[in-house]
Amino acid sequence: MTAESCFEPKIIGFLCNWCSYAGADKAGGMQVAYPPNVHIIRVMCSGRVDPQFILSAFAKGADGVVILACHPGECHYKEGNCRALQRHRMLVLLLEPFGIAAERCRLDYVSAGEGAKYRRVITEMVESVRKLGPLAVACGE
Amino acid sequence: MSEKPKLAVYWGASCGGCEIALLDLHEKLLDLDAAMDFVFCPCLLDSKKKDLEAFSDGSIAVTLFNGALRTEENVEMAHLLRRKSKLLVAFGSCATGGGVPALANFTSREALLTTIYRDNPSVDNPQGIIPQYSTAVAEGMLLLTPLLARVKHLAREVAVDYFVPGCPPEPHQIWRVIETLLSGELPSAGSTIGCGELTVCDECQRTKEEKRITAFRRNYEFYPEPTVCLLEQGLLCMGIATRSGCGAPCTTANMPCTGCYGAPDGEDDQGAKMVAALGSVMDIGDTAHLSEDAIAEKVAAFLESIPDYAGQFYKYTLARSLLGGRAGR
Repeated sequence: MTAESCFEPKIIGFLCNWCSYAGADKAGGMQVAYPPNVHIIRVMCSGRVDPQFILSAFAKGADGVVILACHPGECHYKEGNCRALQRHRMLVLLLEPFGIAAERCRLDYVSAGEGAKYRRVITEMVESVRKLGPLAVACGE
Repeated sequence: MSEKPKLAVYWGASCGGCEIALLDLHEKLLDLDAAMDFVFCPCLLDSKKKDLEAFSDGSIAVTLFNGALRTEENVEMAHLLRRKSKLLVAFGSCATGGGVPALANFTSREALLTTIYRDNPSVDNPQGIIPQYSTAVAEGMLLLTPLLARVKHLAREVAVDYFVPGCPPEPHQIWRVIETLLSGELPSAGSTIGCGELTVCDECQRTKEEKRITAFRRNYEFYPEPTVCLLEQGLLCMGIATRSGCGAPCTTANMPCTGCYGAPDGEDDQGAKMVAALGSVMDIGDTAHLSEDAIAEKVAAFLESIPDYAGQFYKYTLARSLLGGRAGR
């Protein structure tokens, strides 16, 4: 067995209460199968995801972080998802010199009815992080 | 024999600016000399390591340690000073958060040496000589202290009693710190002193209104209006994510805050706080009829104007940040 095939990525998912968490629930209701690697944290809004949460996740051993938001224009709080998008894009640029690839920090949109999209996004995320391999951050050295 | 409490000031990987800031106490230096016995400071006094070793353990009342830990010698001196001192104070940005030297943590030690000694355009080194930790010469062996794999801040290596931020700490704050430490009424252990609890914006006198930034701009591009918030003018002023206490001298001089007092009270990561703040004030214009991909492209285009977010946002705190530096596999 190669090291890569043994590796099960640990991924933290921040899901907004109003759309994406309901989307994950929908996927469950539809009984579609998807990889179990994403540990879900429900937040009231993707705009509530402080970038410190994401860095903490990486610092504490996550191999990837996925933020799922409402589609543009559908945020329960009007513009929380716009803020999440802008922060996410800046954070990806910030993470590059840390050697943390953009694929390890993904933002996507999943609405309450998109169980199938939830499955697709989670599956893609897990597979892309699996290809990248485990992440070893520098803190604590 | 003097009965005055003993003061030591030492530098690790630093520029000497912290000692200059201490000298900027001006006439208060006489008060300092009256109150304390300044026993060790390689930058300002003719004092050697053996003088320090001769003191009994715990006999130095206060050591102000500035600079980051870059070499094994820095680490050795940190341990020695910890042993000799009652109170060890991480003094200045490098000792508290790694400072500018810690930006090297975005690369490897080996890449650092080849860049500095071989690859920089201004380097004239046809033989490609890189300094070695030991070199045999006719007279014997020449030894250099090895570089650590990564730059550390002081508290990563030894127990630190207090943290005093600033690059360098402002002289009026240095005096407050000395007064506090001499008063006998010590702040709680491990606290950050010689600073405020809010952000630099709280001390900045500029007019602040609703923040809607339509473009990020850099210092060289324009001469900022002197009374309006620099962030509102598009400059990445770090006052919003930086601890107060300096009195905002940079923004007063029409320069954006670069964040030397570190993350505000209660926050772990200055870079993440800058991302959080800027992400909510960017104005990319109307997106109502755009596709998701088109919106993403607009955001990406907006962010292109700044070449190095990490270097800018972690200028003083990379060693103490949540991620610490470049990740391995």
